[in-house]
Amino acid sequence: MKIGLFIPCYVDALYPEVGVSTFKLLRSLGLDVDYPEKQTCCGQPMGNAGFERMAEPLAEKFDTLFSGYDYVVAPSASCAAYVRFFHPNMMEKAGHTCQAAGKTMDLVEFLHDVLQVKSLPARFPHRVSVHNSCHGVRELGLSSPSERNVPRFNKIIDLLRLVKGIEVMEPERPDECCGFGGMFAVEETAVSARMGLDKLRRHMATGAEYITGPDSSCLMHMQGVARKQGLDIKFIHVAQILSSGL
Amino acid sequence: MSTSHAKQAEAYLQNDAVATRHDATFYGVRQKRDKMAQALPEWEQLRDAASQIKKHTVTHLADYLEQFAARAEANGVHVHWAKDADEYNAIVLDILSSHGVKKVVKSKSMLTEECHLNQHLEAQGIDVVETDLGERILQLMHLAPSHIVMPALHVHREEIGDCFRRLGLMDEVKDVPVPEDPNDPTCLTYVARMHLRRQFAEAGAGMTGANFGVAETGDVVVCTNEGNADMSTSIPCLHIVSMGIEKLVPDLSSLAVFQRLLARCGTGQETTVYTSHFRGPRPGGEMHIVLVDNGRSTILADSEHWQTLKCMRCGACMNTCPVYRRSAGYSYSYFIPGPIGINLGMLRDAAAHSGNVSACSLCMSCDQVCPVQVDLSQQIYRWRQRLEAIGQANAMKKLMSQGMTILFNHPALYTATLRLSPAANWLPSALMNSALNPWARGHQMMKFPKKSFHALWNELSKKS
Repeated sequence: MKIGLFIPCYVDALYPEVGVSTFKLLRSLGLDVDYPEKQTCCGQPMGNAGFERMAEPLAEKFDTLFSGYDYVVAPSASCAAYVRFFHPNMMEKAGHTCQAAGKTMDLVEFLHDVLQVKSLPARFPHRVSVHNSCHGVRELGLSSPSERNVPRFNKIIDLLRLVKGIEVMEPERPDECCGFGGMFAVEETAVSARMGLDKLRRHMATGAEYITGPDSSCLMHMQGVARKQGLDIKFIHVAQILSSGL
Repeated sequence: MSTSHAKQAEAYLQNDAVATRHDATFYGVRQKRDKMAQALPEWEQLRDAASQIKKHTVTHLADYLEQFAARAEANGVHVHWAKDADEYNAIVLDILSSHGVKKVVKSKSMLTEECHLNQHLEAQGIDVVETDLGERILQLMHLAPSHIVMPALHVHREEIGDCFRRLGLMDEVKDVPVPEDPNDPTCLTYVARMHLRRQFAEAGAGMTGANFGVAETGDVVVCTNEGNADMSTSIPCLHIVSMGIEKLVPDLSSLAVFQRLLARCGTGQETTVYTSHFRGPRPGGEMHIVLVDNGRSTILADSEHWQTLKCMRCGACMNTCPVYRRSAGYSYSYFIPGPIGINLGMLRDAAAHSGNVSACSLCMSCDQVCPVQVDLSQQIYRWRQRLEAIGQANAMKKLMSQGMTILFNHPALYTATLRLSPAANWLPSALMNSALNPWARGHQMMKFPKKSFHALWNELSKKS
């Protein structure tokens, strides 16, 4: 199985260790992992800001760049969701069919649903609070949305439970938005920061040492708010926990 | 680059206690709704059915409107058609004037808000009295609703007590026992009830909205918790119904689907306390139904936004919206706030209400609670794409997006920038965290690592 690693732009620039963890984890599971170096961004920042037309060439390039892989795996639910649900419409305007949409996955769903990982050598003796990011929950279905009457599940927690020594918590209002939302955070600064602070307090009320999740973007936002407010809590991407010890 | 909503929201959030209470109150309503949703195993099927019925009805609207009007007329009701707010206001005024009505009692109707009916009638010397308790409080305080279902939940009882005393409502009631707390809720409610009783008795006409119109029977269905629609229609002999043309359902069995969803989604009740079917005039009375378009048929022709016509105004999208809960109704420029209000405001007048389009983090919670599955967040995303064409795009956002586009379309430039980005860490904190940087208003700036993943990849791939 040939895997194309998709490391979104902001992970590339700000959280390279998340990319490294993802690579190591996939390699440790015996997969042929490649990283097409000409990749940049899925275009979501422009789309959410109202300039999807500017993102259209990026969707085309993404599709070509990842055409030779069985799966495209990203340590970012939101970016994977953008490729899956928005790229097809954007490419359709040019009369093209999006190939990447059907095979682009977030790391958590790839491990949980495709590889169906049942054991990991990872060890992480800490209490963590799980951040169920909106696009992970409501677009990719990483967990059951709290709004719906469907059987309860959480793929992030299923995977974290494979890690030795870990204690997994969820905050009150387990899937309420943290207030990042891309351009939303710079356009609606007051509401965004308030949502971030509320979310942080609920995560911290679990007594966790770390907030963890499948989206570094939410973690980046909450980290920025926490540091501004002088709140003492650490942040770690799910990939880093699952790959601990590798 | 703050929008009108962002500015209003920032001002609102200055009062931490008020904001915290607002968020907690409406999240509480959402939790009550969740409990109801979890209690019905067929919940998601009900949502599917409701969405399909609405889709069917609005795509066969002309047929159902004709059927409804014919049934209503056969039941002895006068049916009127209004293409816009002006026509609607003129029709209502004409009915009232021809009956010599000086005072009207009204139960809650968002359509009359939409058309500014009250102002229109008052300008003609007609006394208009809202009878929904929340609406009456707002009317007495000269405030607009801040939510479509719980319009005055943001007003505290101290303010209500002050208002009642100032206007002499307390003095209208002779036998009220004086409680220790001058703003005792039971006492205030009693005073309001006695005050409203006299309004009902004095009114020459009663007006109601319509939660649903049943095409098969010509029924107008009105749901309230206070029985005020029933009081408004059982004392005055003249009953005028204001109804948007999208309120139709085909028959009573499809009504049952909505009846099971409306109160559960809106307030977390199994049903509203009163669900009244009005089929015809009272003996010796008169009943009029005004069917109002006011832009609805234009929405129906809009492939990106027709689904807003499925909305039954339950308010669940507001209660779950993390932005609405933290910014409250008045921070939106349109009289309907929250996710549905952002969309309806843009459909009403895009230039006037584009300042609300920012009030969404695209968390999609609204899509999941909506009982008729309106694609609320996707519509907001689509409005953002339209802002540029209607001259409402933010120049700064456009510049930022253009910058990103250049960077992301040129991999060599992108990797070169990545190599340089750690230099940003050396910029003085005063500059990075200044007010000029909107990110830094709520956040401490991030630190760039020494090497990007692009740079690390070369090392990783060499090792393996």
